[in-house]
This record gives sequence, structure tokens and C-alpha cells, in this order.
Amino acid sequence: MIKGQWHGFNDGAWTEEVNVRDFIQRNITPYEGDAAFLADATERTDALWAEVRVLLKEEAKVGVLDVETKKPSGVNAYGPGYINKNLEQIVGLQTDKPLKRGIMPKGGVRVIKNALKAFGYELDPAIVDIYTNHRKTHNDGVFDAYTDDMRAARSSGIITGLPDAYGRGRIIGDYRRLALYGTAFLMEDKKSQLQHENLMRLSGKLIGIREEIQLREEINEQLRALKQLEEMAANYGCDVSQPAANAKEAIQWTYFAFLAAAKQQDGAATSLGRVASFLDIFIERDIKNGTLTEREAQELIDHFAIKLRIIRFLRTPEYNALFSGDPTWVTEAIGGMSESGKTLVTKNSFRMIHTLTTLGPAPEPNLTVLWSNNLPDSFKKYCAKMSIETSSLQYENDDLMRGHWGDDYAIACCVSAMRIGKQMQFFGARANLAKALTYAINGGRDEKSGKQVAPEFAPVKSEYLEFDEVYRKLNQVMDWLAQLYISTLNIIHYMHDKYNYESLQMALHDMEVLRTHACGIAGLSVVVDSLSAIKYAKVKAIRNDDDLVVDYEIEGDYPAFGNNDERVDRIANDLVKLFMEKLKKHRAYRDAMPTLSVLTITSNVVYGKATGATPDGRVAGQPFAPGANPMHGRESKGAIASMSSVAKIPYEYALDGISYTFSVIPKALGRTGDERVTNLSNLLDGFFHDKGHHININVFDKETLLDAMEQPEKYPQLTVRVSGYAVNFVRLTREQQLEVIHRTFHESM
Amino acid sequence: MEGFNYSTPNSEGTEGFVHSVYTGGMVDGPGIRTVVFFAGCSLRCLYCHNPDTWSRTRGERKTTAEIMKEVLKYTSFYKFSGGGITVSGGEPTDQPEFLRELLKECKKSGVHTVLDTSGFSTEADAEAVLPYVDLLLLDFKAYDPDLYHRITRSKVERPILTLKTAQRLGIPTQINYVLVPGLTDDANDLTKMAEFFKVFNNINKIEVLPFHKQGEHKWEGLNIPYKLTDTQPPTLAQLDEVKRCLTTASRGGTLRL
Repeated sequence: MIKGQWHGFNDGAWTEEVNVRDFIQRNITPYEGDAAFLADATERTDALWAEVRVLLKEEAKVGVLDVETKKPSGVNAYGPGYINKNLEQIVGLQTDKPLKRGIMPKGGVRVIKNALKAFGYELDPAIVDIYTNHRKTHNDGVFDAYTDDMRAARSSGIITGLPDAYGRGRIIGDYRRLALYGTAFLMEDKKSQLQHENLMRLSGKLIGIREEIQLREEINEQLRALKQLEEMAANYGCDVSQPAANAKEAIQWTYFAFLAAAKQQDGAATSLGRVASFLDIFIERDIKNGTLTEREAQELIDHFAIKLRIIRFLRTPEYNALFSGDPTWVTEAIGGMSESGKTLVTKNSFRMIHTLTTLGPAPEPNLTVLWSNNLPDSFKKYCAKMSIETSSLQYENDDLMRGHWGDDYAIACCVSAMRIGKQMQFFGARANLAKALTYAINGGRDEKSGKQVAPEFAPVKSEYLEFDEVYRKLNQVMDWLAQLYISTLNIIHYMHDKYNYESLQMALHDMEVLRTHACGIAGLSVVVDSLSAIKYAKVKAIRNDDDLVVDYEIEGDYPAFGNNDERVDRIANDLVKLFMEKLKKHRAYRDAMPTLSVLTITSNVVYGKATGATPDGRVAGQPFAPGANPMHGRESKGAIASMSSVAKIPYEYALDGISYTFSVIPKALGRTGDERVTNLSNLLDGFFHDKGHHININVFDKETLLDAMEQPEKYPQLTVRVSGYAVNFVRLTREQQLEVIHRTFHESM
Repeated sequence: MEGFNYSTPNSEGTEGFVHSVYTGGMVDGPGIRTVVFFAGCSLRCLYCHNPDTWSRTRGERKTTAEIMKEVLKYTSFYKFSGGGITVSGGEPTDQPEFLRELLKECKKSGVHTVLDTSGFSTEADAEAVLPYVDLLLLDFKAYDPDLYHRITRSKVERPILTLKTAQRLGIPTQINYVLVPGLTDDANDLTKMAEFFKVFNNINKIEVLPFHKQGEHKWEGLNIPYKLTDTQPPTLAQLDEVKRCLTTASRGGTLRL
């Protein structure tokens, strides 16, 4: 079937079935040139962005600019909303007003009540009544099924940040499908899935009666969501039942699909996917037809980016402490290579990054460059230059991920790769591995409260810690932790599917999806250094009156993680493998495949606070290093040694991503601007060639940050990369600002 | 990436004193470099920013094999960036045998070598070492003998001889000149120095480095009186003025600034 809107495209499998990748492969125009073609912001863009900046400034003062208290959000819950109808080229807001946040009580009504209260609002009593007495929420479901063990682990902080009181997120709908196919085509596809024969088997395997019923219900939910999406767009005067006929519509349709997801769900990470090069195909067609200019193309992308910058969700203060700066993780994956060897970099890859110039730096959308050693050199240089200018980009290893996920994957949140429309994850936050170590030493008791959290076993009794004994006991605690972790995730995601299903996002997926149980660990470098200290130095345990080890004294030196020293880096390697192997042993809900991330986001501060002293010499309450980073100040061999230690953590055992945050002062990158660009680009090539998975690049002087702490009004757009996302520095808590400042800034000797 | 083939040495090699090994140097020669700081220097330059490397006893004994093992961990970075090793210090040529063996091992393994030196070595040592150097960074303190002595408490003949040896052996050389306001910015001195450099066809660049005070705390830490406390780093205008002066004087030569 060939539709009129597809005129000028090369046809193929994609015209007969939902297959965006095939469309891209057949129609993409790779771009190997430089950034000289880029256009400046139009007057309309400047005017629109100026209006938004006024609103953002207002919002920064009060925390939440406005919030709905009566009508729960939904794909088509509100009428159309505008910033300035005369200026906006891409339309659509989450609620009826810009920056006004919606409420999504299906996740849990208490959470919303508390969040509203924190900002001085009150939830409509009718909503409280409905979601307390008549309609169960995800949060209630979870707590009906949690065991005592799970509750204890949750409150001690050994497993925290779990999505049991907020939307799990980390699902990327294939928003491009709306632009390429329109709802009519997609609904036909969904309807055909409903035939009994299709539903009975997944991957050829007969599924259970419950599973089949669940799937049937879900597909009908998906159909309903597509219908609502159609109606929502119609409110803005757009008919999305049909494919997009030009570039403007393609961007608009893609945005509508994404917007619908953000109206229905307040998932922790609501990522965009990989849309830039897909949209380029429509832009190229229009430019070739003479119906679009470069200036107009940039304007459309700028207006799209403005919309992505103002996505907002209502969060509680506790949530903000974990993930601070109001992040939404509208992650857009840019670049990468095809399996066939040609690059997926297009002119629109440049345009998307160019929004950092036309609109100035910003944390969202979370621009993520999929780096390959084979990317066009001009694109590499452009990215490096923009990193140096804005510190707003993160980079992930396309050469590494392509082998696992093909060439049409995107990044959910920070570092989680998934095939678009074919894969989703059951987000599992992270376990505090440093706490697991203190439990190992203390026989399963919490080092802060003294409570027996893990099953009781013999604690370490000797004055000096002995490596084999501690490692054996840690192994034991990790056995318990892995089992508990997977069972907890099973409950959370069973209930999320049941009470708070993401029907719109899943409507933009195939029927059969690969699900991953995305577990995570925090405090890796703390544990690794602790074990290294026990092994290579002497560590004396200090016990309190309750015979609980609460502090440590180190005699002598030990090799620390982050110096590319095999003696200690091997411990990191072994620990990651060990925990992953343990996770794999347990049965997961919906046959999810367990994966692991080494990522903390900004929670390294909160986790550190909740954790007592550790044998590496870290004092009680001190923040962990972010993600897979070495502990601050323990890297003594310079930048490349530090990143080389991290690069050695095996991705095969941490398929949900390994996050590394790198800060360097401009002068250390080279003497001239050109030298700095070239060096940074080469540094990325080296890191990724050596199997590093992810890197956040920050280029600035510490003095800038100190000044921004003192005079925040001078730096409204100062953006810094923290573990896996970017944030407005001035919106971090003071504690987190200090943590960023205390990080190792690589400089030359 | 093609055309590179790094190999690993197998003997223990010579032993010497090393202050530290630092990865990711991007201002110490081309590309991304591993910088090996030798311990010990016989000069006592007024503006030294690494006085902690003066004394050999502050260093650690290391064999060339141990250093090579470190250096060869980063070959990917050298390949992509055209980087390699930079031997700095301290004064590397104060340990000539150790230096020569290390550079030789690097060349054997295909690693690009930069020697960052004051040039204060004997002619024989320079002759033995320079054949293994791909790029010589000569930190030329001053041309005027009195000024040279004021800065270093030593004589200028040796660095001049080193420069001549490098020319004779055809070793590409970059002159690093530290601009200290009120000390090394005299127009007359600069002109004479540039005139002198003119005849050296192996000099491909003169880099004027602004004096900075980031090393001052190290002096304090070592309890050595720092004489430049009141001296401020040069302004951009001062820097430009010195560059202009050098350019004018070297006109007709091959110098690049």
C-alpha cells in the first residue's frame, strides 16, 4: 500500500508493515560535511524563546509555576494550550498552559497530595476520594504485595529510588511511527494483533491463559490511546490519522506522539528516542522540492526543542533530592552508524545540536551522541566544539551497543539502550553496594540503625579485616540482595502494568517486546576501593558499644580505582560480573531479562548520606562518586588513567549502561581553540575504542561554578553534566553543587 | 589508526628516579600524551612551577620496563591523536643513561617521543639522547648570559650547545619561552635572542608561555622562599607585544610563533 504522503520516498518493507528502520535505511541522506550550512535563529524563534525564558525565570523562583489540582492528566484530558499561538510553529502543551504541571493519580494519590502540599497547593478532595476508595493505584498495589524483607530493605536504603511511588518511565514509544504511518495504519496493525492465533504464541511459544488475557486487554488499551491521540491532535487542528505530508507535519506528528506519552505518564525518564535523522528525510524532501529553506528547517527544530525544554512533571521534595534539578530525561540519541557501515549522521543531527547555539545551552532535551570511531570527522569536531562551549552533551559508544541492539536503538534516561519500539525496560533504580559491604562486615545488620536487615549471619569478629573473609560474606549478602531485588521488581512492575499501564507508549511498540529487568548498583568505586584497602593495606575495624563496626582506620596505602591499576580494577570487574550472575538466577515477571547499570544520577549524594563509614576511608555520610566514577581525589595519574579504569568495566555484564562523568578545565585540553576541539575529539575516539560505554563531558573552570553559587542570577543557563543527564547548575541543591565542585577537575601538571 | 604497531619490551631495563607519571597531557607536545616527570633538576629557576621535582630523593625508583608498561596502556589514545610520551621533570637530562634507555624503548615500541628539557646537559649527553627524540621542547630561559644566570643561577652555554647539537642531528625543535613581566620582557634581549634563533632551521616554533603562579603553593609547601610573589602573570597585551617583538626580529628566518 503506497500512500500519497509518501511521495518521493523509496518504498520497501516499511510500506507494508510498521518498520521505521527500513524506511530510514532506504531514504536517509548521510551528511559528511561541516557545520557551515547551519542557520541562525529566526526572529520568531528569538521572540518565542524570550517569552519562555520569562516563564522559566518565574518558575525558578517558586519551584512550580502552576499545577492542575482537579483534573487528572491524560492523552486528551485538556483542550489545546499555547505559549503564543502566533509564534509557535510546533504546537502542543502537556496541560492548558505552559509549565503548568498535570497530576497522574493512578501512580499513587498520596504522592500527589504531598507534592502539591510542598508547593502550597491542595488536591481536590474528589480526586482523593476516587483514588482512595474507588480506584486502586499502583502505589497501593505494590504495598499490598511487598514482604517485610522488602520493606526493611527499602527503608534502610540498601535498595532505594524504586519506582513504587512514581512512574517507572524508561519506556520509549516509537514516536516516529505516528509521523510515518498515522493512527489509521497503526490501529489496523494493532487490530490484526488481536486475532486469537496471534495472541496465543510469543516467539513461537504458547503463552499462559493469564498472559493472553493481559495482552488482549493491553492491546485494546493501546487502541483506545491511539484514538485519544487522534482527538488530542484534532484539538490543535491536525489530522494525525494519516501520515505526515511534509517536514513540518513530521516534526509536529512526532512531537504529538511524544506529548501524548507525557500527558499520560509521569515516568521518571520520558525519553524521545532517535528522531533527528528520521526527520531529516522529510526535511531533505521538502528542501529538494523547494518548499522549505534551511532557515525554516532550523526554526522548526528550534520550536520543537523549545517544547522539549518545557516538559514538566510534578515531583515530591524527596524525589527532587534523589534526582535534582527537575530532570525529565527527554533523551535524544544522535548520530551513530548503520550496520551496513554508512553513517546515520544527517544535517538534522547538526540542527538538533545547533539548538544549543540558537537557544543557548540547556539540560533538556538530553542530547546524546552515539559515537563511533567511524563517524564523519566533521561531525566529531562539531560535537567536541559544542561540548567545549556548552557542556551539554553526553556521548555513548555506538560501536559497542550496535552489536547488542542493532542500529535503530535509542537511549532511555541516561545510558539504557533499547531497540526502538521493540524493547522496554522494567526500571529498577539501584542497590547500594557500599551498604551491602557494611552488612557483610556486620552480619547483616545496618551500620547506621543497628537493625537486622539481611538474614542474620556471623559478623566479622577480628580487629583487622581479612580480605577472603569479607569477600566471602559480601558474596553471601549479594546472594540475598539479588534475590530480594528481583522479587521486589517483579511486584512493582506487575502492579505498574495492572494499575498504571503506559498504553500510549506501548501502542507505539510491536506486540512482542523484549523486556529487561533493569537493576543497578551505586557505590561501586567505594566498594572496590574498600576491598583494595583490605587487601593491600591494613584496615582496622572500629566497633561501637553495640559491637557494630561503625568506622575504620587504614594503615598504609592501597591502589585506588581510577588509576588504571590492574590490581584494583580487577576487583571492579569481578564485582560487576558477580552481581550480574546472581541477578540472572532469579525468575523475572514477564520473562524479563535482567540487566545491570552502574549509574547513580544525582542520587550518589543521598546514597552517601544514608551510608555509614566504609573501609576505603570514606567517612559516614560522604557522597559516593557518581555512576562508575572513581572516588574524587583518588585519581593520581591523570585523565586517561581514570577513564581507562572505567572503560574496563565489562559492558556485557552491565548492559543497562556504565556512566562516567568527566570534568576538565579548558586549558588542559590544549593551548588553542582548534587544539582543544581536536584533542577532545581524539580523546573520545580513544575512550570508546578502548570500550568505554558512556561519558559526560564538562569543560569549565571550578571558578565559574563557585561564582555561579554566589551569583546564580548571572548564570540562568549554565548547564553541567551530572551522571547521565544535564542540569541547570543553579537549580541543584547546595549539597549537590558542592559535590560537583569537589569532583576531580582534570588539569595538566 | 593504520600503520601503527606498538610492541612491548621484555627486559627490565635501566633504573632511574621518577617523580610521577601523568596521563592525558594535551599541552606537552602534539596530541594526547603520557607525561613522565623525572625527579631531580640542577637548575633553580625563579619561576619554576614544579619545585617538588627538584630533588631526586622525592622521586620513586622505577625501571624503564615499568614505565613502558604504563606508557603502552594508552596506545589507542596516541594513535587517534598523534600523541605519545613526553619526558619532563625535573630535568630529564640529569639522568642521561636512564633517559636514553627510556626513549630508545619508546622508539622500539613505536611511541612518539617528546623531550621537554632546559637543555642544560653536557654535549655528549645531548648527542646520546637526541637521536631518540621526535620533538625537542627546549625551555629556553634567556639568551642574555646575565639574565640566564639571574633566572637559573647557571650558565647559558649549555642550552646553546644543546640547540646546536639538535640542529646538527636534525631534531625538530620547539622553543618554549616563559614571559615573566619585568624579568624576561626586555625588548633588546628579545631581539637578540630572536636574531640568534634565526639561523636554526630545525626550530619550527617558538611558543611564548605566560608566567603563572599555580606553582607558588608548592614553594610554600617545600618551605623555599618564592621571589616572584609580587610579580603578576602577563596581560594579553604584554604577551602580544613580546610575540610581535620576536616576530619582527626573526623576520627572514623560518620561525613560527
